[in-house]
Amino acid sequence: MSWDLVANVAIAGVLTGLVYGLMALGLSVIFGVVRVVNFAHGEMMTIAMYAVVVLFAAFKLDPFLAVLPVAAAFFVLGYLMQSGLINPFITRPEHSQFILMVAVALIMVNALQMIFGPDARNVQVDYQLESFEIGKLLVDKARLYSAGVALATSAALFAFFRFTLLGKAIRACADNYLGARVVGLNVRHLYAVTFGLGSACVAVAGCMMVLLVEVTPTLGPAYTLLAFVIVIVGGLGSLTGALAGGVLIGVSEALAGLYITPSAKSMVSFGLLILVLLLRPQGLLGKK
Amino acid sequence: MNRKAFVLLGLLGIALLILPAVANAYVLSVATLILFFAYAGQAWNVMMGFCGQLSLGHSLYVGVGGYAAAALFVHYGIGPWAGVWLAIALCVALGALIGLLAFRFGVSGVYFALLTIAFAEFTRIGFDHIQWLGASGGFFLKVAQREQMDLANFRGPPAMYYYAILALCVLAFISSSLLLKSKAGYYWQAIRENEEAAQALGINTFRWKMLAVVISAAMTAVAGVFYAFYYNNLFPEQIFHISRSIEIILGPIIGGIGTLFGPILGAAVLTLLADGITEALAALGWEIPGVKQVFYGLVLLAVVMFLPNGIWPALARRFGLGK
Amino acid sequence: MMLRVEKIAKSFRGLQAVAQASFEVGSGSIVALIGPNGAGKTTCFNMIAGVFPPDSGDIVFDGKKLNGFRPDQVCAAGIGRTFQIVKPFAGLSVLDNVMVGAFLKEKTAFGARKLAREILCKLNLDAKADLLASSLTLPDRKRLEVARALATRPRLLLLDEVMAGLRPTECDEMVAVFRELNRADGLTILLIEHVMRAVMALAQKIVVLHHGEVIARGTPAEMVRDRAVLECYLGEDVEV
Repeated sequence: MSWDLVANVAIAGVLTGLVYGLMALGLSVIFGVVRVVNFAHGEMMTIAMYAVVVLFAAFKLDPFLAVLPVAAAFFVLGYLMQSGLINPFITRPEHSQFILMVAVALIMVNALQMIFGPDARNVQVDYQLESFEIGKLLVDKARLYSAGVALATSAALFAFFRFTLLGKAIRACADNYLGARVVGLNVRHLYAVTFGLGSACVAVAGCMMVLLVEVTPTLGPAYTLLAFVIVIVGGLGSLTGALAGGVLIGVSEALAGLYITPSAKSMVSFGLLILVLLLRPQGLLGKK
Repeated sequence: MNRKAFVLLGLLGIALLILPAVANAYVLSVATLILFFAYAGQAWNVMMGFCGQLSLGHSLYVGVGGYAAAALFVHYGIGPWAGVWLAIALCVALGALIGLLAFRFGVSGVYFALLTIAFAEFTRIGFDHIQWLGASGGFFLKVAQREQMDLANFRGPPAMYYYAILALCVLAFISSSLLLKSKAGYYWQAIRENEEAAQALGINTFRWKMLAVVISAAMTAVAGVFYAFYYNNLFPEQIFHISRSIEIILGPIIGGIGTLFGPILGAAVLTLLADGITEALAALGWEIPGVKQVFYGLVLLAVVMFLPNGIWPALARRFGLGK
Repeated sequence: MMLRVEKIAKSFRGLQAVAQASFEVGSGSIVALIGPNGAGKTTCFNMIAGVFPPDSGDIVFDGKKLNGFRPDQVCAAGIGRTFQIVKPFAGLSVLDNVMVGAFLKEKTAFGARKLAREILCKLNLDAKADLLASSLTLPDRKRLEVARALATRPRLLLLDEVMAGLRPTECDEMVAVFRELNRADGLTILLIEHVMRAVMALAQKIVVLHHGEVIARGTPAEMVRDRAVLECYLGEDVEV
């Protein structure tokens, strides 16, 4: 196995991992603040992917251009889902709310199945076949651009939480629900905004993912599990953890695909999840 | 159980016993499916309904149980009556492993559910690569014949399978009932309601949680063996898939977690309605894959939102049937 | 001496909650542990009850060391406890709640039910036996908490602020119940309490904690005159 091959695979893994990271970031934000275990996370990403496919088929809209409208739409959808559907469940037992999202996920996946059928769809753009040559290394253009967008979106999210008033208010809610209400924050609204943001992240990740894989309805559950693995491995409540976890999973999956068989890729992720849950449940970068 | 409930139960029992004599093949197969989910649901209910430990990876036990008995049958000619013991032993070991890892390390709630999912998924992908068990191409059991009842190899007419799963269901019901009224039942419910308070009353919560997990796994293993010898083909992608785990929990959740009749009622309602819808759509000429699952999702959503304790408690209150 | 707490200490991430506290509870007596908020009373309880082990020191019950015992082991050894914030088994009936406790010593459901009913009678909850625990008022929940702990047939009962939130008449009723249990069954009681009405009516001996240390111990009459005790409750510059 030549080093170039390994390096190329690893780099591809890192870049894909950044997109995974953005997806996981959305979940971390939602779980970290609203404490909702969004079992429909991957399914939401798959819906975004199909949206891009449809937009491309109808208007030849490049996925990168589709990012803004799709993300905006998902923000609204996420906001509505939280305020309309999930809010009453905040005071209910944990498993009740979990089952709610399982139901939502089930509906989403199979609705997609009903509408689009099981065949794979994809988006064909020129730069998907091109790559940059850096010495002996080959970096796919599509992968690099996607990773770039993922990083930019993550940075924007960090900045939002760090520097804006709204972001700080949301962090306050996450830290202390009662305290936030006592100082007059409209927690329900903030929760909905957070869910909207998380959904927007997932939408952007979806737009980027379309350039990297083929889209089928069954991707949903697989991505949900992947998002959870990343968030737990990287550390709940840590935004950098989500990105780091994404990269870690991206690289290990890529290398596993190279050294073992491609279909065993996910085994590595699950193995990591089991290890982390047992040995360091707060994740690599998380706070306890 | 009060008078009314007893009478109804009796009538139901009679109806179930004479069903094969009056129903056609299709109805019989639907009934068998209902009973299968009713049984698997009751097995899951022991762990979640009684003890409060949410498992979303029960397909693991169905799969391992099924493959274990099937492997003995296909490779060594050993019948299911011996095979079921291997199935149970393996699943008990697996359940114990998951329980040990989870409870020793304080993994609970959502994290525990995720752990169970991870184990099931890990196994699913693993089995895709085990050539000795057919890998992803599938593992097939030979069906010698379907007319004569050959109990040793569990082969025979559909009615035989129906009575077998009916017997399992009844056994599960009786066991659950006895367990619920015993010290185990009280201790499990205490753990479910408030683990800290339970400990302060002298309950070794680790030991009792393990017991629930292991019993649930063992019961589900038997469901797996039945599955293997009824359908006669096993595919990792199908039997270990998370959809199977979700199907198992739909019955109890819709019917009522923690109740005795809940899983059975839920399985019946769900399967009947789902089948009804598929048939209705087929009659209209629409064969759309995924409709059934969307339906499951909608029913689950409705129940979780409006009847969080399931259908049975509301029904029992309405008709004065007691618990 | 039924319970001997010897120089136990506990700190949480640098904050010394309890520092070298020692006290004794004689068999058949009622001892009250009092002190201002944050004095370390509940921390002491939690160490005795096995929620976490002391950093140093020993807890000896009937001559046996309890250090490092799990809460369920502590209960099996004969110490029952209630919680400051009550923890009923909300989905179970009042009777079933108490039965859970009864199963520690009773082998059969029949026996457990019988014992549970007896205890519910002692605490005037028998009329509500079939109600769901979640439907009870706070005073009744407190009584349920006590009944449940009593069902394990403890020799020592730890009561954590059981009078909080009760009206004076309700408080007096509880005091009467404990007095009777102590008198008739010889139940030893160690209680944390802020409600002085209950402390003065029940306690035969008082131990005062402040900043994690025992600053005084004695009979109730002695404590109301003790300078250190008055200072810690009322501040300095106090005229005795």
